[in-house]
Amino acid sequence: MSPSSRRAPQGARRRGPAVTLLLLLATSLFAVLALSGTAQAADGDRTVVGTLRNSADDNAPVPGVTVDVETSDGGQYTAESNEEGRFEVAVPASDTGTLTVSLDTDTLPDGVDLREGAPDTLRPTGSLSTVTANFALGPDDRQVSTKWDQVPQLLYNGLLFGIVLSLGALGLSMVFGTTGLTNFAHGELVTFGAVMTYMGNRVFGLPIMVSVLLAVVLSAGFGWLNDKGLWAPLRRRGTGLIAMMIVSIGLQFLLRNLYQYFTGGRALTYREYVTPAGQDAFGLFTYTTRDVVIILVSLLTLIAVTLALQFTRLGRATRAVSDNPALAASTGINVNRVITTVWIFGAALAGLGGAFLGFSQSVTYQLGAQVLLLIFAATCVGGLGSIWGAMLGSIIIGLFVETSTLLIPSELKYAGAMILLIIVLLFRPQGLLGRAQRIG
Amino acid sequence: MIDAFTGALHDGFGYVAISYCLAAIGLNIQFGYSGLLNFGQAAFLAIGGYIMGAAIATSGIPTIPAMLIAILFAVALALILGVPTLRLRADYLAIVTIAAAEILRLVFGTSFREYFRGKDGVTGFADGFRGLNPLPEYDGFFLTYSRNELWTIIVGWIVVILICVLVWALMRSPWGRVLRGIREDEDAVRSLGKNVYGYKMQALVLGGVIGCIGGFIGAFGAASVQADTFNLDFTFIALTMLILGGAARVLGPVVGAILFWAVLSFLGSILSDLSANPTVAQFMNADQASNVRLMLVGLVLMLLMIYRPQGIFGDRKEIALDAR
Repeated sequence: MSPSSRRAPQGARRRGPAVTLLLLLATSLFAVLALSGTAQAADGDRTVVGTLRNSADDNAPVPGVTVDVETSDGGQYTAESNEEGRFEVAVPASDTGTLTVSLDTDTLPDGVDLREGAPDTLRPTGSLSTVTANFALGPDDRQVSTKWDQVPQLLYNGLLFGIVLSLGALGLSMVFGTTGLTNFAHGELVTFGAVMTYMGNRVFGLPIMVSVLLAVVLSAGFGWLNDKGLWAPLRRRGTGLIAMMIVSIGLQFLLRNLYQYFTGGRALTYREYVTPAGQDAFGLFTYTTRDVVIILVSLLTLIAVTLALQFTRLGRATRAVSDNPALAASTGINVNRVITTVWIFGAALAGLGGAFLGFSQSVTYQLGAQVLLLIFAATCVGGLGSIWGAMLGSIIIGLFVETSTLLIPSELKYAGAMILLIIVLLFRPQGLLGRAQRIG
Repeated sequence: MIDAFTGALHDGFGYVAISYCLAAIGLNIQFGYSGLLNFGQAAFLAIGGYIMGAAIATSGIPTIPAMLIAILFAVALALILGVPTLRLRADYLAIVTIAAAEILRLVFGTSFREYFRGKDGVTGFADGFRGLNPLPEYDGFFLTYSRNELWTIIVGWIVVILICVLVWALMRSPWGRVLRGIREDEDAVRSLGKNVYGYKMQALVLGGVIGCIGGFIGAFGAASVQADTFNLDFTFIALTMLILGGAARVLGPVVGAILFWAVLSFLGSILSDLSANPTVAQFMNADQASNVRLMLVGLVLMLLMIYRPQGIFGDRKEIALDAR
């Protein structure tokens, strides 16, 4: 039995964690309260939309074509494509069944034909208010690309994902380094950033930049609250590390369901930059300005954090606490203050990562829970507690997740990352950049 | 109110509770008695349900041999997980088992569709088991269990009792004392010349096989298996039950599972009744009521771990374990 599991004196502090836990709850409740009011989707008609273009004539729009929609209860609706080749058929929202959308081939202009083998009747699925029906006109001129043509795109996607992931991994690794806590609720800090950005952007109508900034500040506050409200009192009580790990599982459960209480099961999107136009890079891959900004901001943040850890007083103190808390304390470093700072910055980083993930993956209550295992994998592959390791591990995991889709089905890509994690632990349990110490 | 109580009893003793109960008994051997952090117990239940189900439904293997095949798979999984991690610090086993459980869930849910049927899950394997049902036809009067449910539940509780007797006997044997010794101080046990690695491996395999049997009961009860049942939350809920009842106690997980499901069901009825009230519905609709219920699960786990880590029956000294 190690000394850290000794019992703290009972009495005055005994009520500490429960009271602060409630405070934590109440604050987060208050913080996300605004969401519940606005989260209801607007009711209205369903619209079947589509654009008719003729690939035989340089994708020129095809006007004047009749499109019929039949609902499952027999209602008939019809529309004609306009000058831009676009058609819109409104269907009452009361009819939620399957729609049958058919193109009247007799109304096609001369010289325009349905693509060979393409259907003139579609049964589009989806319960959204806008249903898309795409008819193919003219010969098939799509470029057939081989698997290996995707490699540059996948590398780019992987790098983007890995850099965003490293924002989450850094916080987890720093908290682990200074306190030894494997925080299963770290993903919920990521979700917090995304949900706050959504709130600022959608609910309060702030510009996206301001919302992200605000989300990072709120995340920092949330991290402080996490530490002050829960983990600091637990450390004072001398709660064991495994017990704390299980407490973090409980917190994860609590927070994730709290988020779902407000967001429901829906996938929410920000107001701006949700589907930016892609630009071509040397014919190798497509990038968007949004993603370039994300990469730059993330890189600058990571560089700033590593420089701060290397050269500032607080950064050096943090590394000293990571190395040996008892020794650090005996040299006059205020260990608890260092840990609180680490929580604040770790949560802010995770919140920034969440805000960025919200663009590409949309905001759901389980956004963070879904990347938690990847963050774990990244920190373990890179080396638990190592700053450079967390970043390197994240990039490796990001690249691996995306490029593995060349060989395995994309729904198994996260499983690939888990297998990589197990293999690394098998051959180099301290991780790629972790210090070889006794770990068993 | 009466309905809420009947519902609570129905869920507290139902096949889902039995399935979780066996998962928690397995965790008890690993976590409670040996101090091993298996956070991937769901994988063993998934193997139980899926391998047995696919063996019966696809390959036409009879029920008992299909169960034995599934148990072999569970043993193999425990060995694969244990070999690289049992020599390392405790949290490595936790992360590797979580990773393995996610891998298996994704594979069962998306791959080998001719065996595991993708999102639909495996069905059509329970006829052999249900054919043995000696109960007469009746109109669900007993806690509204159907005839087949009742049969699964009777078999399930008998299995739970037998396994509890086994655990009780094992844990008062020298073997069980060595396990507890490992939990308390690995180095001390090693210095006595015991093969710590071997004992840990045996505990991992035994706990996994018991989980696998829990997978059988769950699969027979529902007559189907779905991959998404076996997500991370499954293991965490089983862990909550174990800590609620009391780790390192034979009856801890059993009482924990019954109580957990009964209270969860009771809370569910009360909260959904409340959410039917228009005033309350402004704050909490039916979906949100289920969120509130699960938030309470998380809160209970936290508070238990902070204030009463020994749960209802446990001995505080016995579970004051620590990883570093």
